[in-house]
Amino acid sequence: MRHDPGRLLALLLLAAMPAHAEEAPPGASGCLGCHSPMRTDAAMPSLRGRDPAEVAGALRAFREGTRPATVMDRLARGFTEAESRAIAAWVVR
Amino acid sequence: MRLTRRALAGLLATPALAQAMPAVVVIGGGFGGASCARALRRNGLAVTLVEPNATYTACPFSNAVIAGLRPMERQRFGYDALRAQGITVVHQAATGVDATARRVTLADGSVLAYDRLVLAPGIALRFDALPGYDEAAASVLPHAWQAGAQTELLRSQLEAMEDGGMVVMAIPANPYRCPPGPYERASLIAHYLKTRKPRSKLLVLDAKDVFSKQRLFQAAWAALYPGLLEYVPLSAGGRVTGVDLAAREVVTEFGNHAGAVVNVIPPQRAGEIAGIAGAADRSGWCPIDPGSFESRLLPGMHVIGDAAIAGAMPKSAFAANAQARVCADAIAALLRGTPVPEPRLLNTCYSLVAPGYGISVAGVYRPAEGVLADIPGAGGTSPLDAPASVREAEAVYAEDWFETISADAFG
Repeated sequence: MRHDPGRLLALLLLAAMPAHAEEAPPGASGCLGCHSPMRTDAAMPSLRGRDPAEVAGALRAFREGTRPATVMDRLARGFTEAESRAIAAWVVR
Repeated sequence: MRLTRRALAGLLATPALAQAMPAVVVIGGGFGGASCARALRRNGLAVTLVEPNATYTACPFSNAVIAGLRPMERQRFGYDALRAQGITVVHQAATGVDATARRVTLADGSVLAYDRLVLAPGIALRFDALPGYDEAAASVLPHAWQAGAQTELLRSQLEAMEDGGMVVMAIPANPYRCPPGPYERASLIAHYLKTRKPRSKLLVLDAKDVFSKQRLFQAAWAALYPGLLEYVPLSAGGRVTGVDLAAREVVTEFGNHAGAVVNVIPPQRAGEIAGIAGAADRSGWCPIDPGSFESRLLPGMHVIGDAAIAGAMPKSAFAANAQARVCADAIAALLRGTPVPEPRLLNTCYSLVAPGYGISVAGVYRPAEGVLADIPGAGGTSPLDAPASVREAEAVYAEDWFETISADAFG
């Protein structure tokens, strides 16, 4: 074991940091592979700032096959309603 | 008192604390490594990226470059955005890893200590797998399976070929980088020949009978390239077993095939440093824990992207980027001492069979029985009977995805 006070402080601060991992529900970070929050001119739109209920509704419609889709129907079927709602709440931030 | 994340990150960025922070070293600056370095940094960690090249040349869309549909410049990316984010970028090759002492040795002899190491070395081409096909042969009969000079060589050979010339492609057995990539390449070379050298032919020799998006590719070939593209699967003698460099021929059990242009995609394994570090098993690839991407062989070391054995997930840039985020969050949790959440991962791979004609395969994955497994009912390919408007939309999305993924990885 190394006993470095600065290091110990850093580890304590790290432990106190709001955890990215805890904030992102399973699968949510994968959305960013196509839906970039940084791009404004994208064909696959940014979801930042959207109404989470609207995003959750879209995921439900994709999952149930009631909304026309290319890949979103295939991806949305990998998640339950509860999981989709959690993803929607995270991805609009 | 409650510290905001930004205030905390600012505090952690002070020099004394930055030195004391747990150190994460990432080896490999492709889509997996660059994305992971950025995600680790967003988690407030001290990150060093080790990558010998100052410029990265991307493989996705390099088939369009080969077919003359896209300038090479659009494949190139630098690391300035990573530096601006506070990541230390070291343009050296990693030459050694001591997993016990947790140290990486670089080509100039310097040493980096780490608390966690991420290997994202991509692939190495197996120049011992096909007799006659070594590195020297590849300068005549390009593989173009690592983008850069090889991409430009294949492009220039196609341009120089006379109308009426024969193009031969050899495709390996699984697993290899980018499962649908060879078939996209065959499609776009066929498009180039059809529009520019219509008396030419393309012979595609495959070491397997079943491949990604097969029915979609074969339907498109029948519609777009009849009589031009001939596909020979394993069961019809398609497996290439060697190369006769002097004759510009590939060898199969049923005879040799000569080409004016010969593109040999050889078998592959994880990038060299994975073997040097001891993270690769006898298959040549790296077994990992599907929740954290930590090596099954060496604790403290994680492997992402093409080098990893990721179960049902393909070796794709999309998968590498998705794994990078999950791995970064897992490392942050491990360093905090909190449980690693069970991840869910996505993949979408687009292929172009012609300009404005895109097709895709998608999947959703989770750990099951020690591997990343497909979630039943999710994923799959574009419909076989989709109208032209869907093919056009998927071609647009393919390009859009490339813009997004390269912005996420390289800024």
